[in-house]
Amino acid sequence: MSAEFLQFLFSGVTLGATYALVGLGFSIIYNASHVINFAQGEFVMMGGMGTVFFLGLGLPMPVAILAAIALTTLFGFGLERFAIAPARGASVVTLIIITIGASIVMRGLVQVVWGKEFHAIPSFSGDEPIMIGGATILPQSLWVLGVTVLLVLALRYFFEKTIMGKAIIATSLNRDAALLMGINVRLVLFISFGLSAALGAAAGILVAPITLTNFEAGIMLGLKGFCAAILGGLGNGMGAVAGGMIVGIAEAMGAGYWISEYKDAVAFILILLVLFFKPSGLFGKTGTERV
Amino acid sequence: MNKLKSARTGGILVLMAIIAVLPLFLDNAFQFEIAILIFFNAIVCIGLNLLVGYGGQISLGHGAFVGLGAYGSAILTMQQEWDPLLSMVVAAAFTGGLCFIIARPILKLKGHYLAMATLGMGIIISIVINTEDQLTGGPDGMYVDGLSFMTDQIQWYWLIGGLLVFSVWASLNLIHSPIGRALRAVHGSEVAAEVVGVDTTQYKVLIFVVSGVFASVVGSLGVYYSNFVTPDIAGFFHSIELVVMVVFGGMASTFGAVIGAAILTILPQVLTFLHDFEHLVFGLILMLTMIFLPKGLVPTIADFFKKGDK
Repeated sequence: MSAEFLQFLFSGVTLGATYALVGLGFSIIYNASHVINFAQGEFVMMGGMGTVFFLGLGLPMPVAILAAIALTTLFGFGLERFAIAPARGASVVTLIIITIGASIVMRGLVQVVWGKEFHAIPSFSGDEPIMIGGATILPQSLWVLGVTVLLVLALRYFFEKTIMGKAIIATSLNRDAALLMGINVRLVLFISFGLSAALGAAAGILVAPITLTNFEAGIMLGLKGFCAAILGGLGNGMGAVAGGMIVGIAEAMGAGYWISEYKDAVAFILILLVLFFKPSGLFGKTGTERV
Repeated sequence: MNKLKSARTGGILVLMAIIAVLPLFLDNAFQFEIAILIFFNAIVCIGLNLLVGYGGQISLGHGAFVGLGAYGSAILTMQQEWDPLLSMVVAAAFTGGLCFIIARPILKLKGHYLAMATLGMGIIISIVINTEDQLTGGPDGMYVDGLSFMTDQIQWYWLIGGLLVFSVWASLNLIHSPIGRALRAVHGSEVAAEVVGVDTTQYKVLIFVVSGVFASVVGSLGVYYSNFVTPDIAGFFHSIELVVMVVFGGMASTFGAVIGAAILTILPQVLTFLHDFEHLVFGLILMLTMIFLPKGLVPTIADFFKKGDK
């Protein structure tokens, strides 16, 4: 493997891990509520910007990170309770527009309260690049990868072994049946939005030391996370993780070997090609429409 | 049926009356500018509404078609020195052709997958416009000559106002034709429509092409009117703005699309006094409207009056 290829691969998996976390957030909310949350990118942004704010208050890094995740989770809860729950039964497009409205509100709020400037978060453990096989990797990239792996494992455990996790899966499979089995569906939706917001915030905090953050930082991240979720097949959590990795690596390779100006287009070209041949994503179930 | 028909003509007459009387109340160039902008947006929304409201499809990439019309016209008139009207027709034909080619694979997709595909297509087109700066001027945009026979803003007002009336008329006629009925069947249930013999694919493709051409023509005329074009016109936010106008006014309502375009074109202008709070308040208004009037303004109000009749 050439050093150049390895270098592109490193940046690809770092990007991919971030997209995977954002994509997972889309999947969790979609599973519980069949809503595509266009404010997912704003959760990511709020994680980064929140950490900047709490660090500015003089809080130590771990506390600032937890505070930012808690704040973003509150927004996730709020989105479900005050915007999605009251609009139950609205059409797909209406729900999409409500979440787009929420994303505008969150961007507007951050811009008013915390300003428009770009901010950086210090790396968790220094900026000394590590040499591997002739390529370099930043310690922060290892943090991104490590924490992503841990979060994915924790989520698997949550969905397979805990009562709440199983309740969310049950609700996604059949909402009415879940309700009849005594599952508190409203609570499930509430928790899903909070969980998804927390995941988004974590992704935003992990990449902020590498990419900088400002009030608009979530837009592209959100859209590419959406790509990841669709690529893997909507509602398929592990599919979203795989989708995120594919999008991240393709983007890094595209930027490295092709033209860097078209780096942002790679994810979308990829998703169109995949959808043309597999209309429900790589690992998605093909649905049938009942009349 | 007669009543239906009279409601249609009545609506068009009201629209014509408003357009005719409005100039009496507009006292400066800026207000005319906003009125013309409303007309432009309304025409795109009428086309988009055919696809979204009647066809039941989603497009989060319609800004790209406006952008193709705008840049098609800009490049052909400025770099090839073609006649502006010919450029407009060629750009519209190109956009329509592109829609025709991509319609089949894209409209095979459903729901969120369709949203993703149209969104992705729009973003790719806008990235190309931003990047190919030798052709498009890149992010700085490009200057475009206007139409030589349109010398005055008021002429533009009448031209685009007239075009809006024509678009409303064309859209209403299309909806109440056999094509429109087939489309509504597709919206209701595609499988059911197919079972009773509607060639759903053909109608979806047709409506996709029609809405793309509406958007392209508006893009071309908009460029001749403002003499300038930037890549924002093809961007994600413009696409979102257009869908929001359609849904805000009320899906499957031609006049809803016009009213949605009018309100959401004026609203940001009204909110500028809020300065930094502008986006926050805009987002809140959008959310609250969609939460409490999920069908959009016009259908909700229409329902209200229908209930009153009983």
